[in-house]
Amino acid sequence: MPKDMMQNFELFQPDNLDDAVNLLDKFKGDGWILAGGHDTFSWFKDRAKYSPNLIDLNGINELKGITETNRGVEIGALTSLAEIASSPVIKNNFSLLSDSARKVASPQIRNTGTIGGNLNQDARCWYYRYGVDCYRAGGSSCYADTPQGQNREHCLWGADRCVAVTPSDTASSMVALDALMVIRGASGEREVAAEEFFIGPDIDIERMTIIEPGEILTKVIIPSTWSGATFYFEKVSDRNTWDFPLVNIAAAMIIENDTIIDIRIVAGAVQCTPRRLSVVEQVVKGSPKNEDTASLAGQAAIRGATPLNYNHFKIPLLENLVKRSIRDA
Amino acid sequence: MLEENKNLEVIRSSRRTFIKGVIASGTAISSSGYVFSLAGCSSDQSVLGSVERLISLNVNGQVRRVDVLPNETLAMTLRYKLGLTGTKLGCDRGECGACTLLIDGVPNYSCSTLTHSVKDRQVTSIEGLQGPNGELHPVQQAMIDELGPQCGFCTPGQVMSAVALLESNPHPSRDEARQAMSGNLCRCGAYDHYLNSVMKASEVS
Repeated sequence: MPKDMMQNFELFQPDNLDDAVNLLDKFKGDGWILAGGHDTFSWFKDRAKYSPNLIDLNGINELKGITETNRGVEIGALTSLAEIASSPVIKNNFSLLSDSARKVASPQIRNTGTIGGNLNQDARCWYYRYGVDCYRAGGSSCYADTPQGQNREHCLWGADRCVAVTPSDTASSMVALDALMVIRGASGEREVAAEEFFIGPDIDIERMTIIEPGEILTKVIIPSTWSGATFYFEKVSDRNTWDFPLVNIAAAMIIENDTIIDIRIVAGAVQCTPRRLSVVEQVVKGSPKNEDTASLAGQAAIRGATPLNYNHFKIPLLENLVKRSIRDA
Repeated sequence: MLEENKNLEVIRSSRRTFIKGVIASGTAISSSGYVFSLAGCSSDQSVLGSVERLISLNVNGQVRRVDVLPNETLAMTLRYKLGLTGTKLGCDRGECGACTLLIDGVPNYSCSTLTHSVKDRQVTSIEGLQGPNGELHPVQQAMIDELGPQCGFCTPGQVMSAVALLESNPHPSRDEARQAMSGNLCRCGAYDHYLNSVMKASEVS
């Protein structure tokens, strides 16, 4: 199987959003949105996925940039991860997001990789990426959830035929910050909370997000609710560069007199969607920020975790990350 | 490639038989639409609204006209159309960094960049670093002085990352340099040597 050159496709480079949406609508299922391209080109080069029509969004300036509005901070979907990581507005108000953007992949990828692409990236299961006919690819079996399956990176919760996890670092932060996703389609615009934006295999096994074919994520709005709160982000991966998370944790807390008044805490790479740890939130809300609360939070976080053959290590990893986030934030 | 040729052959022959059939049955006018849409499938004609193949590229300060396929990556264009083979292809998946070059001064993986997306931008490859009299860039000289490379395959990419770092941050700490170079793999494991080179180059500049 040739893996050197991508198959032929037509490339469209619209310079405004309306044209992009129209093109996507015109091609129906045969259009593919291109942003940074890091996910796209791997699929195409491996010949595991293909589309005859690529719609490159990079020429659309209205999709780029970070602006402060009365609704909070708005980030265009085509804004690069490097820009988010270094933006003073984000750093000063939502350092959780800049910290997680800085942990994505490598410097070169962050320079062209976009926030929209990072949030919409596809699952990173070996088998799925290799192009086998697994459930997620429209087939009728899962190769990871078998006695011999290599599932060290796979899920602790939410298995439903597919056991892949969300590979995004920024997704966890977006859910923790209660961000709003703005989506444009041929029939208009809609806004979806980050928590509802990501969907698991029980809702649709072939998609990772609520975005329908023909729709484009145009921007993310981060409400000022958590602006300047106490944040904690940590990502554990096999390598310190390029790699996807084994587990990541994103927490936003409001602390007064050493008491945790309010908190949103989210774990990534433990299920198909960023996992909001509601039980932890209930346990720690109103409690003093100390070692005991942290231990309780850690124990609460792992309740109900169902490991596969090779990913038991994720349970203590998650427990310790939650513990650390409460104690060290 | 062979398989693709065969496929093309099948399309061509079926088209031929189709046209023959059309002529024989005398329904050429009503079916002409089909013939047209088939013609659109061949790779040398583009669909309305898609990119023009003949484009100008600004590479190392020179504007060059190139015929570029829509699915061509910048690394492919540089190496196989413009003869700039200093840019190496390692993994071709944006994982190793051997193909790193600068687009508007920012390091990018050229294996994961479509050539059509850099039309109006400045591309700098390793060939563009030499001075007016052919002298080496300070980073290149530092890499020689500090024995940076071992086998040398990843070196062009490492040099480009280092050049971009020193442009934006002329005196980085060793840690900052390590971060900036973290998108470039070295199978020989000469990372410390490369870091020594970057630090040396930062002293010089």
